[in-house]
Amino acid sequence: MPYLGGEETVRELRRALSNPNVQSDPLRYRNTILKVIRTMSQGVDVSGLFSEMVKACATVDVVQKKLVYVFLCSYATLNPELSLLVINTLRKDCQDPNPMVRSLALRNMTNLRLPSLVEYVEQPLTAGLRDRAACVRRVAVLGWAKLHNLHPSSEIDAAVVNELYSLLRDPDPVVMVNCLRALEEILKEEGGIAINKPITHHLLNRLKECDIWGQSEVLRVLQRYRPQSEDELFDILSLLDSFLVSPHPPVMAATLSLFLSISSNLPVISLAALERVSGPLLAACGSGSREMRFAAVCHIQLLLRSVPGLLGPHYKRFFCGYAEPAYIKERKMQVLVELVNDENVAMILDELKGYCTDVNTDTAQAAISAIGRIGRSYSDRCLQILTGLLGLKQDHITSAVVQTMRDLVWVCPQCSDTVCLALDGCEETLQDIQGRQALLWLLGVYGERISTAPYTLEVLIDRVRSEASLGIKMELLTATMRLFLCRPAETQDMLGRLLHYCIEEETDMCVRDQALLYYRLLHCGIEKTREVLQGRRSDPSLGVLIGRPAKPVSQWARCFNTLEPLSQGAVEAESDSRGSPEHVTYNSKPNADLSDTLSCSHIEEVHSGSDSAMRCSDSSTNVLASSIAAPLSLSLSPAVSPEDFEHLWLQRQALHTERGAEKIEEVDCAWIEECVRCPAVLHCSPQSLQAAMQLVNIQTLAFTPQQMLPWRVYLYTHTQRSHSMDAPNTTLILGELLCTGEANQKSGVKKGTADSEAGAEGKEDQLVRKEMDATADRLRVSEDGQEEEEGIKVILNQQPKDDDALRQFLTILITVLNTLSSEKD
Amino acid sequence: MISQVFILSSKGDHLIYKDFRGGAGNDIVSIFYEKVTALTGDQPPVVMNHKDIYFVHIRQGGLYWVATTTAGSSPFTITEFLNRLAALVKDYCGSLSEKSVQMNFALIYELLDEIVDYGYIQTTSSDVLKNFIQTEAVTSRPFSLFDLSNVGLFGAETQQSKVAPSSAATRPIQSSREQGGKSEIFVDVIERMTVVIGSNGLLMKADVEGEIRVKCYMPSCSEMRIGLNEEFSIGKSQLRGYGAAVRVDECSFHQAVRLDEFDSHRILRLCPSQGEQTVMQYQLSDDLPSALPFRLFPTIERDNGGSLSQELSSPDQSAELKPQSRAVVWKIARFAGGTQLSALFKLEVPSLSSASMLEVGPVGLSFELPKITATGLQIRFLRLSPIQPGPSQRWVRYVTHSDSYTIRI
Repeated sequence: MPYLGGEETVRELRRALSNPNVQSDPLRYRNTILKVIRTMSQGVDVSGLFSEMVKACATVDVVQKKLVYVFLCSYATLNPELSLLVINTLRKDCQDPNPMVRSLALRNMTNLRLPSLVEYVEQPLTAGLRDRAACVRRVAVLGWAKLHNLHPSSEIDAAVVNELYSLLRDPDPVVMVNCLRALEEILKEEGGIAINKPITHHLLNRLKECDIWGQSEVLRVLQRYRPQSEDELFDILSLLDSFLVSPHPPVMAATLSLFLSISSNLPVISLAALERVSGPLLAACGSGSREMRFAAVCHIQLLLRSVPGLLGPHYKRFFCGYAEPAYIKERKMQVLVELVNDENVAMILDELKGYCTDVNTDTAQAAISAIGRIGRSYSDRCLQILTGLLGLKQDHITSAVVQTMRDLVWVCPQCSDTVCLALDGCEETLQDIQGRQALLWLLGVYGERISTAPYTLEVLIDRVRSEASLGIKMELLTATMRLFLCRPAETQDMLGRLLHYCIEEETDMCVRDQALLYYRLLHCGIEKTREVLQGRRSDPSLGVLIGRPAKPVSQWARCFNTLEPLSQGAVEAESDSRGSPEHVTYNSKPNADLSDTLSCSHIEEVHSGSDSAMRCSDSSTNVLASSIAAPLSLSLSPAVSPEDFEHLWLQRQALHTERGAEKIEEVDCAWIEECVRCPAVLHCSPQSLQAAMQLVNIQTLAFTPQQMLPWRVYLYTHTQRSHSMDAPNTTLILGELLCTGEANQKSGVKKGTADSEAGAEGKEDQLVRKEMDATADRLRVSEDGQEEEEGIKVILNQQPKDDDALRQFLTILITVLNTLSSEKD
Repeated sequence: MISQVFILSSKGDHLIYKDFRGGAGNDIVSIFYEKVTALTGDQPPVVMNHKDIYFVHIRQGGLYWVATTTAGSSPFTITEFLNRLAALVKDYCGSLSEKSVQMNFALIYELLDEIVDYGYIQTTSSDVLKNFIQTEAVTSRPFSLFDLSNVGLFGAETQQSKVAPSSAATRPIQSSREQGGKSEIFVDVIERMTVVIGSNGLLMKADVEGEIRVKCYMPSCSEMRIGLNEEFSIGKSQLRGYGAAVRVDECSFHQAVRLDEFDSHRILRLCPSQGEQTVMQYQLSDDLPSALPFRLFPTIERDNGGSLSQELSSPDQSAELKPQSRAVVWKIARFAGGTQLSALFKLEVPSLSSASMLEVGPVGLSFELPKITATGLQIRFLRLSPIQPGPSQRWVRYVTHSDSYTIRI
């Protein structure tokens, strides 16, 4: 910050400092120096006073000394020559009988950060390591780290390193911890201090003597240690148990990190640790410091990824306080969404409803989108609230509600009727671009059910000349085209006008090109247009994603207790990768057609999702599932995200149906359908199904709630089979369990090609999975016509093809399903 | 690891700047301030980053306390450190404000120098630090008539002198050395209530977070014994005594507290170090032993015509409409127990519809209740041993704050 009159002040200070009268009066001298430091911290450049200050350094007054050192350390790098003068005073102070003066001198000598002074500093530092007073040793140990960082490339003195290692046994705990820190810095190139068994045990035994800062530091360094035996591991864990429930959040978090890293191969232990740590974490959520609360809530979000039901009973702790800042409220709402279950949904929705009218628009919009998220499982209640909010006629609320409804409808198409009814009249309140875009999208897709749709569009088309937003224009074009397909009589005229305007008058090339594209498309005939514009709709059954799969702990253990979970970006990416298209992705490229964006963003998400999955799972478990015969092992890593799965699934399904007529053998992937008789699985709760599958390392990605028809489950796993000499042969298996509920389904094995079906399906829209399955069923029924009891169809897809592995996997799967059914009986 | 620590006033003035690791540009403070003020929300998030530099900040006493660090450091450690730093500054300077920080900057530099070396936290214990800190705190206490009233006629003890003046606990710990004889100890039981009452009048959530805080001005204090209610119990199952139990769900203690007499007699033993420390923290959810301190009976009527008006039941209250936060703030200076106050506010709303009623509420109460704890926790006795030479004063204070007391309409 520029400070007017700075030069004048400096001149005055210099005069005062060199005044002999001032120098002789200790109190006046100290006050003048105080003034210098004060001016310095106000941002004035007082480096010109360096030589005067060097003189002031030679004094017996410790307070004055400290003040001068503050000055010298800030400006030494600008005056390396003059700093040489200080060194003598400092070296003399290092011999002082008072340990405080010794430590002060030593600390500031190393804080000057002057490479040229290194030779003068080394000797006092060596002496400092053997000083009687602990406070001098503390400073000396860190001094070596500072010295090393001045010359990072220089040769490391082995004697010093050895001395530092031996000082790990120093009676003073701070000296010990400082040694750890110094060695970490000095040996950075070699990967830090060598953490072997004796050192680890020594550090662990002395952990209790350290204060909380030392404890967290030691625990952090110990994360590199790998216990040599299971017994040792459990000894360490039981020793650390009391630290896990420490009332100090830094210690608790560091201990949990250590737990997660050393027990990364034992998921049961990790989960138990998470359970145990939830108490102290919750306490931190109620801490008096807002910042601490925020950190705790962000870390709870991490925990919930792996143990979704962990804090269900404590959901009230995440109700937002009246005076809490918006950033905490937002995170708390995200947690609340995760904690929703049948018992608390009414309370949580009631609470969230209260936030929707918050004065802060960000909070209000976050609350509305949280309700939308809950709406994926409890759509009726949520839609009721959302519809009620539209009545407020406030533009930011209406905009958020319409966007939320759009996202909800994409995942749960069964809500579309309610949404269509609610949309009436909200175009008058909508002001912002995102809200209007969302409305246009809904009008286009559900135009045939909204009676006023053409009139709403007409008003907008009449005003298109004055429309500034590119996104709105594009959206308007697409919506009008879509509406034209289902209500041609009412829309034809306005579509003509809009196309004319966009082609003849619009200056923006994107809009113009889009309009031209649609124009030419219309020339190709109405059927073609319909095919292009009304391609894919979402699948209603996929929408009911109740059990979001629990992610393995290893996926986030790395970033636990770092700043990452607290940064804004992390959340957005996280919520993106989770489920359906969200408006966040549109903002980045407003000039693409929305429906295209939907699918594009989808693919992008898939990529980013799989990237992150790859990154995270490198260290994850490859445990042999216990119940499986030896040669085949299943593993969950690398993880496949739901989007990833959907993408792959659709792709392969398309591939399968296309190539159906040809020989399937040419493709390096297998597609098999099988029927299993175990109806009781249907009545099995999603949790137990998921748990059972995970036991054998099969990950369930999505399932419909129990007893719902058609009932389906999507799952995946990786198989690994080591051939006698070759490298292990891995394949990815994607699967679907399906029960349509028609009692007369046929059983029997259908493997490979299934020509007749494929031929029939080929004509259908290949993307619509549901229809295809239905056709398949119909065909099968007509084929055999024989009545059978309820069965579950298993559709498996493997890549690369490996028949043996696939068959073995199928046996495992059937065993699991049968076990589950028998348990149920 | 902490690279820099700085303290900024809310207006962005540099109060303290300390660079521990070197290498950071001079403009780092301005970058932080620009980032903080550029955000639109009512308060910026705790963590922000500029390239590789991460800023973690807390707000206390109207100041920004900022540490810069790398991405891998623990947020808990850094936040806790900044909180602790603020607490230490408060202990040493008496109070936390822009003014006190500005006046005591030398002292704060000295503190920082001892607390952190090369970005590593060395110690934050006031017992250790008191040996190193040499600078005296500068305080500015405004002249107050209340101080005069404390002086009795001819040195006689007045009634007021039995009550600690409100400023008693906001003085720097070190000045006690010089004032001699003024050795005091304060034990505060502070509880924060978080309450949500539904529109139907039912209690939806009631949480109490409490702590016992000891603020010690004694230069040397060997042992202190704090006796809590005998019927104090922890957890749902355990019940003690015959009377109404004082119950908490969870409870944690400071490391220095010895609990050997806690199970039998509910006595905490500790050697308090100078300054402020939290001895015990506890927390109770949902099951409050006593009735809620405040009830509110809201009624909303639609009224056609009439103009903006307010009616309050007594003259020492005030109410005003804050258009920015869309709230009516009703201030009650003093509220005697067992009484009822009422207020009537009339607002004009353009284009009133039935849906606008949804927008009314919630009502948030913020209050400070002295001499009352919501859990019923009491301090039976406070003993110092050995008996202090010279006069020493012990104060026990209770206060309940509202953290968030919300009533839905």
